[in-house]
Amino acid sequence: MAKRSAPEVNAGSMADIAFLLLIFFLVTTTIETDRGISRKLPPIQDENVEPPVIKQKNIFTVIVNRNNDLLVEDQVMQLTELRKAAMDFLDNGAGQGEEACNYCKGAKDPASSDNPTKAIISLVNDRQTEYRTYISVQNELVAAYNELRNRESQRLFGMDYTEMEAKYNDPNYRGNKDKMEKQIDQVKEMYPQKLSEAEPKS
Amino acid sequence: MSKFKKKKSGELPAVNTASLPDIVFMLLFFFMVATVMRQNTLMIENKLPFADQVEKLDRKELVMYIYAGKPSPRYQQKFGGEARIQLNDKFADVKDIQKFIYAERETKREELIPYLTTALKVDVETNMGLVSDIKQELRKAEALKINYTTRIGDVGKNK
Repeated sequence: MAKRSAPEVNAGSMADIAFLLLIFFLVTTTIETDRGISRKLPPIQDENVEPPVIKQKNIFTVIVNRNNDLLVEDQVMQLTELRKAAMDFLDNGAGQGEEACNYCKGAKDPASSDNPTKAIISLVNDRQTEYRTYISVQNELVAAYNELRNRESQRLFGMDYTEMEAKYNDPNYRGNKDKMEKQIDQVKEMYPQKLSEAEPKS
Repeated sequence: MSKFKKKKSGELPAVNTASLPDIVFMLLFFFMVATVMRQNTLMIENKLPFADQVEKLDRKELVMYIYAGKPSPRYQQKFGGEARIQLNDKFADVKDIQKFIYAERETKREELIPYLTTALKVDVETNMGLVSDIKQELRKAEALKINYTTRIGDVGKNK
């Protein structure tokens, strides 16, 4: 009995450890889903239909030229200022009487929009505009709407609009979806997304 | 000559490899679950822009993908450096889009057709002219729900 062989390591529990790890990864990994800005295209209009008359002050024009520069309401603007400018326009609420907006917190400038439900943002691109600029502008304009909707949604229901919408679209959410749908529609009605895109100029 | 002969001492016992299959299977399962199957082989450059006002595209079976961008270097000799559209595994022309949408609709159940979304995966350097042409074709095909697929991040990174 000069030397003893080392006892073999018991590997019986190795499989258990392996399965434990497997289950851990199974639970924690989420398969990547695509995300993006959702938009709805307007249906093709009949040529003969007369376009409705819209007051110039209710239109907020954003023009992007071929050098990816922004021209907002006839003034050159940086992309970082666009969100604020769009929010000021939408939230202005200068309307009187029937067109008055009782939830707007804007400057009530008579030269700007009457009511968020009347306000239209018009986006014009050039054919040479880069896609990255286009997406940036889209993102800022959608953000302007979302921020205003969040503000009103917080005031009325104590919850962000974007959060409400995410919950509404989540199939696993256990809550009162009918009530939520009504609340979402109510906020949407206060700030309807009226974002019109013209055919690009060449 | 005793029956209880001592093992040869001094040699190390072999490492037990009985659990090796488990480990291999674990890795296999992990990668099976974590990998996202790409439906199409990309033949174009596809660097997506950044945005933060994004929504999830949850139901993958209800999404049709349209790619656009410059052809990848190995296709550039054949197809040139101008931005192109890719549908499924082939380069396509603007006028093929309507056909593509109708063909995709054929494969879906009828009650799901109103929920179909078109995901536009467009490279950042593409000109808006091409994107507008795609959008115009989608309007003609009455595929009005679209989603500009982006990466999540601040728009400042788009520079």
